[in-house]
Amino acid sequence: MSLFDRTAHELGEMLRRREVSAVEVTEAVLKRVESVDPVVKAYLTTTPELARAMARAVDSRLQRGEELPPLAGIPMGLKDNFSTTGVRTTCASKMLEHYVPPFDCTVYQKLMHQMSPLIGKHNMDEFAMGSSTETSAFFPTHNPWDLERVPGGSSGGSAAAVAAGEAIFALGTDTGGSIRQPAAFCGVVGLKPTYGRVSRSGVVPFASSLDHIGPITKTVTDAALVLNAIAGHDPGDSTTVKREVPDYTSFLKDDVRGLRIGLPQEFFAEGLDPEIKEGIFATVKQLEAAGAQVVEVSLPHAQATEAVYYLVASAECSSNLARYDGVRFGYRSSTAPDVQTMYKHTRGEAFGLMVKRRILLGTYALITGNYDVYYRKAMQVRTLIVRDFERAFEQCDVLISSTTPTPAYKMGEKSKDPVALALSDLFTIPANLAAIPAISVPGGYTKEGLPYGLQIMGPAFGEGRVLQVAYTVEKLVDARQRKPELPEKGGVA
Amino acid sequence: MITRDDVLLVAHWARMELSEEEVEVLTADLNGMLQLAAELHSIDTEGVPPTMYGVNQHNVFRDDQVADSLPQEMALANAPDPKDGYFRVPKIMD
Repeated sequence: MSLFDRTAHELGEMLRRREVSAVEVTEAVLKRVESVDPVVKAYLTTTPELARAMARAVDSRLQRGEELPPLAGIPMGLKDNFSTTGVRTTCASKMLEHYVPPFDCTVYQKLMHQMSPLIGKHNMDEFAMGSSTETSAFFPTHNPWDLERVPGGSSGGSAAAVAAGEAIFALGTDTGGSIRQPAAFCGVVGLKPTYGRVSRSGVVPFASSLDHIGPITKTVTDAALVLNAIAGHDPGDSTTVKREVPDYTSFLKDDVRGLRIGLPQEFFAEGLDPEIKEGIFATVKQLEAAGAQVVEVSLPHAQATEAVYYLVASAECSSNLARYDGVRFGYRSSTAPDVQTMYKHTRGEAFGLMVKRRILLGTYALITGNYDVYYRKAMQVRTLIVRDFERAFEQCDVLISSTTPTPAYKMGEKSKDPVALALSDLFTIPANLAAIPAISVPGGYTKEGLPYGLQIMGPAFGEGRVLQVAYTVEKLVDARQRKPELPEKGGVA
Repeated sequence: MITRDDVLLVAHWARMELSEEEVEVLTADLNGMLQLAAELHSIDTEGVPPTMYGVNQHNVFRDDQVADSLPQEMALANAPDPKDGYFRVPKIMD
C-alpha cells in the first residue's frame, strides 16, 4: 500500500516504529498532489516548503528519541477559509484572492503544535456558500470517484483531497452540512462536533451561530485523533465551552449492545434514493443483530428546516460579510470616484452570484418590518427544532439516517437551481440548527460505484457515543476495500 | 411579490452593485426563497423564545488585560491603499 493511502493512525505507528520517516511520508503526499491534482483540483495553494520544514523537525525529534504528539508528521490540508500566517487565504473568492492573513486561526496553531505538516489550502464554495464547490471563483473540484461529478461542498476540496490521498486528513467547516455532505460524496469520514467544542477563532465566518469546524478523515479512528487535537476552550472564541475534553479514542469500541438507535421517520421519506435507503436499513439491521435496539422517532418540524436555515444563515451572512468593503483588506474596485460608489463596485465586482443571493436575502430578512416576520420567526422555529431533538434523545442514544438524499451528482446539474441545491442539505442542516454532533461515515456504494454516507447524530457533547457507533458501522460496512481510481499525470508515487 | 425595484433597493442597502442580468436572476431567486420562508407562517410559535445559539452561554466575561495587538505595518499589509499609517479611501464628501 502506498504511503498516501494510509491513515493518520497507521502512519503514526509506522513513524514511531521508525519504519518510515516523516520526510518520506510528506514527500509521498506532495508527489501524489503533483500527480493527481491536475485532474482533481482540490488545492488552491500548496505549501511544500512549510510541509517539508515541519517533516524535518519531526524527524529530528524522532532521531533524538523524543515523544511526539499523535499527529506529528501526518500531512494535512486546510479548507481555504482557515487563516494561515503568510499563506494566502482566499475563501475561494475574488474578494480575498490576494489576502495574506497576519495571524493563524486557533485550530491551525493546535495542528502546528501537533507538528502536522501543512500540504496546502483546499478549494471550496465561495465563502462556504454552496454544496458542490462549483461556486469557487477559481475552478470547480472534481470527485475522485467520478471526475464528472461534484465532490460536494462547501468543503469539497478537502473531502476530495483526503479521498484522493492528497492529504491524510483535513479540517473543514460545516454551516449546513459542508463537512458531512462532501465526506459522503467522496467516501470519507466527516465529523461536525457540538457547537462550542472547537474554536472558530481565525476561521472566516459565514453564519456565526451555525458555523462549526471539524475533521475530514479516512477513518473514524482518525476523526477521534484529530478531534482530540482541536477540541477545547479558547479565549479567542467566547462561544467555546469550558468543559473537559475526553480522549475520544477511548470510545472506539466495536460494541453497540444495549444502545438505542433512533430512525427519524422524516429522513426516510420521499426524495431519498431507494438504493441508499436500502443500504442504510441493511446496516441498521446489522447493528440490531449486534445488540442495538432500534426505535422509530419523529422530528415533527423537519420540514421547516430548510426555511429556518436559509433565513438564519443569510441574515448572519449579510452581517458578517459587511466587512468586505475594500477599505482595510481584500479587493477594491478602482473605478469609483467616491467612497459610497467604491463600496458598491467593490462588492459588486468581487462577490459571486451565490454570495450576493445570500447577502440580499439576509439584508431583506433583517430590515424593519421584516425582522419579526422572517428572522425572529425563524429563530423561534429553530427552538422548536431543538426541542424535537431533545425529545428524540429521550427515546434513543443516537439517530441514524443517510447523510444526503442522493449520491454525488453531475457537475452543472443543480448549480442553477438554488432550491434544488438546498434540498440536498435536508438531512445535514438540522444538526447545525440544534448545535449537536453529527458524523458521516461511508455507508456503502451504489450499483454505479458511487459512495454514500451514513449519518449518526447524538445529543450535545455526545461525540464519544457518536464515534462509538460510527466505529461499529465502519467495521460492518468495510468501505475502505475500494479506492477511487485516478489517472496519474506525474508518475507513480 | 418582490419586484426588480425591491431588489435594487435591498442591493443598495447592502452596498452591492448588481448587473442587469443579476437583478433578473436574483429577483426570481428571492421570490423563490421567500416562498419557502412563508411556510414558517403556518407554524404556531406563540410564546416560543427564539434560539440565537444552539448551545446557550450567558455573560461570558474575561479579565480586562492588555495583550499584544497587531503591529501597524502588519495591520496595513493587506490594505488596498495605505498612506502614512492610515487606510486611505476615495473622497467621502464633496
